[in-house]
Amino acid sequence: MNAAAPAVKPKLLVATTSLAGCFGCHMSLLDIDERLLDLIDLVAFDRSPITDIKHCSPHCDVGIIEGGVCNAENVHVLHEFRKNCKILIAIGACAINGGLPAQRNSLDIGDILAAVYALPGRGVQVPNDPEIPLLLNAVHPLHEVVKIDYFLPGCPPSGDAIWKFLTDLLAGRTPSLGHGLIHYD
Amino acid sequence: MSDTQETNCFFLDDEAIPFTPGQTIIQAALTAGKYIPHLCYHPEFKPHGSCKLCTVRIDSRTIATEDGQTIKIPGRAAASCTTPAQAGQHVESNIPELLDLRRTLIQMLLVEGNHFCPSCEKSGSCLLQGLAYALGVMNPHFPQYFSKREVDASHPDILLDLNRCILCELCIRASAEVDKKHVFSLSGRGHSKHLICNAESGKLGDTNFSATDKAANVCPVGVILHKRHGFETPYGQRRFDQNPINAHAEQYAPVKEQV
Repeated sequence: MNAAAPAVKPKLLVATTSLAGCFGCHMSLLDIDERLLDLIDLVAFDRSPITDIKHCSPHCDVGIIEGGVCNAENVHVLHEFRKNCKILIAIGACAINGGLPAQRNSLDIGDILAAVYALPGRGVQVPNDPEIPLLLNAVHPLHEVVKIDYFLPGCPPSGDAIWKFLTDLLAGRTPSLGHGLIHYD
Repeated sequence: MSDTQETNCFFLDDEAIPFTPGQTIIQAALTAGKYIPHLCYHPEFKPHGSCKLCTVRIDSRTIATEDGQTIKIPGRAAASCTTPAQAGQHVESNIPELLDLRRTLIQMLLVEGNHFCPSCEKSGSCLLQGLAYALGVMNPHFPQYFSKREVDASHPDILLDLNRCILCELCIRASAEVDKKHVFSLSGRGHSKHLICNAESGKLGDTNFSATDKAANVCPVGVILHKRHGFETPYGQRRFDQNPINAHAEQYAPVKEQV
């Protein structure tokens, strides 16, 4: 018998972020509850709200992105993820079809800003500090900007759906949700 | 075998399905408890054949080549809601090629309209959504069209949200065939085709439409909504939370006529 100890599998490096999202999908990731301990045996978190690391390491294995693209900064972050992650996953309704933020797409962005920043007696004062990312004319799903490898729908996807999806992926299978786990709401 | 041939039977994915003469393939299949995906078909109305989700392949052949290999020659593609069943016919429905095409059709419908499920009252009992779940549609694939569509809240009991209209014409058929009111019609061509109401103002509130009309209760998606009834069924207990759309295919079968 070969008594050699099995080689320790290196942990996969996972980066996550929320663009034009509500962090609900990240909350749902935490909803996998005690299975987080199993997950942490398999993966290490890179750039993520969980670690507060500000930029992706150059060789991340998986990038998980919630939210669509609504401003210039979102575009930069999305490109950073695409450049540094081997696999990109769009998680949640907003990342997949724009979701709630995309409800503004039927309106003119100038009209929206004028309505939101109209101050009584002082006209319209739209904030223009260069630190503030410029809004795009319309909110776009991620796959309209960069290549996305996998999609995990839901608003948010349940903890069980996220767990099934990630364990399938980590085991080298094509993620498959099936009845009860696949949801668009 | 001779029994099978004598009684009227065709084969759906190699399974014998009995039918009565005059029945379409989808009617016989659903009666036998075999689900064929569909959106514009409804057991109570004349088939329409427009959504193409019920497309099946009929009488594919396998031939042997000279070097001993076999090649499948695909049979003709037909909408099973408009094609009459014929004895001995071999019909394929649940095959990878057709499932892929159906996914693509669903994806095109999803990007053409504004289907934002989290904010839709029909979510959980929407046929488009239920079918997308059953087919495993994980993304819209195509760029979102973000079409600009109207919402008509002029009727006291019914909200008309055209953002989600898939032009299945079920409400048009119900209003004309059952209610005899002709409240709805389609107008325009191509991407500008849309549902219109039979009133000078174009508003539903100015028609003789009623919430008890058949047309008010056949919309497969979230266009014709009953006011003050939104989100009544809790998440987890809605139609397709309970069972996938392809369970209990008999529910979509034509009701047997009373003799």
